[in-house]
Amino acid sequence: MAKYEIPDDLYYTREDEWARVERNRVTIGITDYAQQQLGDIVFVELPELGRTLDRGEPFGVVESVKAVADLFAPLTGEVVEVNTGLGEAPDGVNADCYGDGWLVVVQLSDPAELEQLLSPGDYAQHVKDRE
Amino acid sequence: MSGLRRTPLHDVHLALGARLVPFAGFEMPVQYRSILEEHAAVRERAGLFDVSHMGQLWLRGPSAIADAERLLSCPVASLKLGRVRYGLLCNEHGGVVDDVTLYRVAGDHVLLCVNASNTAKDRDWIAAHCSAATALRDASDETCLLALQGPASEAILAPLVAFDLSRVRFFAFAETELAGMRVLVSRTGYTHAGGFEIYGQASDARAIWRALSDAGAAHGLAPAGLGARDTLRLEAALPLYGHELDDETTPLEARLERFVKLDAGGFIGAEALRAEREAGPRRALVGFVVEGRGIARAEHALAVAGAEVGRVTSGAPSPTLGKPIGLGYVPPLQAAVGTKLDVMVRGQAVPARVVETPFVRGPH
Repeated sequence: MAKYEIPDDLYYTREDEWARVERNRVTIGITDYAQQQLGDIVFVELPELGRTLDRGEPFGVVESVKAVADLFAPLTGEVVEVNTGLGEAPDGVNADCYGDGWLVVVQLSDPAELEQLLSPGDYAQHVKDRE
Repeated sequence: MSGLRRTPLHDVHLALGARLVPFAGFEMPVQYRSILEEHAAVRERAGLFDVSHMGQLWLRGPSAIADAERLLSCPVASLKLGRVRYGLLCNEHGGVVDDVTLYRVAGDHVLLCVNASNTAKDRDWIAAHCSAATALRDASDETCLLALQGPASEAILAPLVAFDLSRVRFFAFAETELAGMRVLVSRTGYTHAGGFEIYGQASDARAIWRALSDAGAAHGLAPAGLGARDTLRLEAALPLYGHELDDETTPLEARLERFVKLDAGGFIGAEALRAEREAGPRRALVGFVVEGRGIARAEHALAVAGAEVGRVTSGAPSPTLGKPIGLGYVPPLQAAVGTKLDVMVRGQAVPARVVETPFVRGPH
């Protein structure tokens, strides 16, 4: 079994976010590598509904017992859903980072930005480079 | 991680799947599985830490006790054989060179266990302030140090040693054998969870670790890393050099006056500290609980009514209390228990309140 799960059907960033694209809706979370590196996640701070994120902009924070990690928007778009359940149960990110531990959904404004994201293969290499 | 030193247990950590991080020039395990699980293991059962990065400095000779008396804030000559004291090495201004534990090994012989980040600095400082008749030996490289901490520690260790462990009181030690290896066992620690620290030969480190791990298996012993060590010591409100203490900070500011022989006279820094006591320290270390949404971290500002009054020196979520806690320096006027402070977390004022420390009390 691979050390870190990197699903084939997602886009990735160099800052360890993933993006799942379904038409114009993009679900965003942090990768298995990120959650393993952070360890026990105890606090998640997410943007409010309706805020527009610019690609690359810090939009929130994930904190583990020992570390604080900024979240960077993989894509430009308006926040249309927020995983508010993580407020009470931030360890959901550790338990299921590609599923129930998702962070926000944005409405994609510029599909051309997808070309800027990493493929699963490129992201796997990026993880390997830091090991 | 090139350029970093390794403890004699490095291979053991790798085999256990530890995440290794640089700390004080060493490659050290920060966690094995989960900081929260390791923290809970120590509070509820027992945890085993490799703290072999720490330094061991031995002072021996006819003047060793007098020299240590002049170097340390705590009384030395009155320390009985087989007992341990916590003390500070201070500079002439009263600032803290290091915080150490002192072991009285013989009439003319003491051991200082010092912070890894300060071993070389302490060695130089001590050498510069010792009489020629005192032999200073840095045994850090040939010594391993394991901390067995938590309520099950005594049950785990007792069958491995050849004497009645219950006779070793808090802050006492015995030189003995553990599974046939020469060790020094002290009832000390950095967690407020009870337990022991075990000094041995570096070449015996793996065998000592294995003996303790095997004996601990039935008691739920878990290997524990520096991450849990930090959250445990923070709950105990024990200072960490480089955070609560440094060369510019005095023991009076850090509220460690009970470890300072202020009226007994002659140790380095005593004059400055007596003058500081007269004038009143200009700031005080406080413990606080965060009551709003946010986690205090070292370097966050502490504010009252929008004005910065101090800084957080250590902050983390307390696994035992289930809320964030921290230590920080504030002016004496803001130091009273109950005082409301704001922790400035990413520009937001998060309410906190000064509380009694330690946050979590130990068995002693």
